Amino acid sequence: MHAFANPTRFLALAKPLTPFLLLGGIAMVLVACIWGLWATPAERLQGDTVKIIFVHVPMAWLGMAGWTGIAVASVTELIWRHPLASHAARAIAVPGALFSLLCLVTGSIWGRPAWGTWWVWDGRLTSMLVLFFLYLAYIVLANETSKNNGQSRIAAIFGVVGIVNLPIIRFSVEWWETQHQGTSISIMGKSTIDALYLWPLLVSATGFSLLFGAIVLMRMRATLAQTKVDARLKRMAAE
Amino acid sequence: MKAKHQRLTLVLLAVVALVGAGVLGAYALQDQASYFYTPSDIAAKNPEAGTAIRLGGMVEEGSIQRSADGVTVEFIVQDGSAQQKVTFTGITPDLFVEGSGVVADGRLDAKGMFVAETLLAKHDENYIPRELEGIDMTAGKRKTETLVQ
Repeated sequence: MHAFANPTRFLALAKPLTPFLLLGGIAMVLVACIWGLWATPAERLQGDTVKIIFVHVPMAWLGMAGWTGIAVASVTELIWRHPLASHAARAIAVPGALFSLLCLVTGSIWGRPAWGTWWVWDGRLTSMLVLFFLYLAYIVLANETSKNNGQSRIAAIFGVVGIVNLPIIRFSVEWWETQHQGTSISIMGKSTIDALYLWPLLVSATGFSLLFGAIVLMRMRATLAQTKVDARLKRMAAE
Repeated sequence: MKAKHQRLTLVLLAVVALVGAGVLGAYALQDQASYFYTPSDIAAKNPEAGTAIRLGGMVEEGSIQRSADGVTVEFIVQDGSAQQKVTFTGITPDLFVEGSGVVADGRLDAKGMFVAETLLAKHDENYIPRELEGIDMTAGKRKTETLVQ
């Protein structure tokens, strides 16, 4: 594992990987959007508004996956003092916040015609809004408390504590009566979403995941370069 | 014990304790965190007439009756074990059809009728294309006629 602790080795890997993820992600998202918008039928009750799931659901998944990533990176930083961990966590925070926000916005746009309201304070919507606020808090905290090499103990602890919200988001629709519908997609059991919608959704989710990965790699490369620049400036000032 | 192992144990314990506490806490909220009462909840709690309640459930098949004024609708909300009569005056959402879910804010009147002030439709977890309806068994009992009206 410590073979990848080396930032130089990481950069050698990240540099060729970035355009691959970026272009692959854009291509898959485009395919999924065209497929989803023009080649899928209207839903029996929702009509064409069903098509917003090709953006909404990947945003929700990645918003939650992002915080899982922050938590894993934070644990790695706290225990192994991995030099890349804090860079990874901080790189994930901004796209994580953006994707959570887009999940809330697209959900709201769907909610108006489908439910008859832009917003309700039920368990699922509220816990997702909390996730977005956690991201904002994490970004501010990490920026304000980071010392050399971008490390911040308090931000890492906050990153770990925040995972409490993830099972609440996931199970909110099962524990409580909610305005939001229950889980449609199951890995083990039978999904209650028709295959005509499921396949473009999976392509879209994969595409957005690649894009998310590309953004994280770009941001990590940028902050690593910034650390290098800072170190060199400090050395030059000392000479 | 090396410092690294100490940190590992500490962080793992903290994560387990935190997530455990969060899940237990959220799970214990049950009723309080529910967004609405089901007809069974209303039957069990027997709230006073005039108390503000949010009611949720499924619209009983064949129960929707539209009044001559064109904006008042009467229907029955059920959850499989209990039923609640509801009246609502206003524009109903597109997804408001027999057999689908609704969430209504309102209060019980003296006769036990639920007078809804707002009416929201609730979508279920089934996503079924229009063309396949009636062919796919999971589409359930809904008939195309209810869509057309």
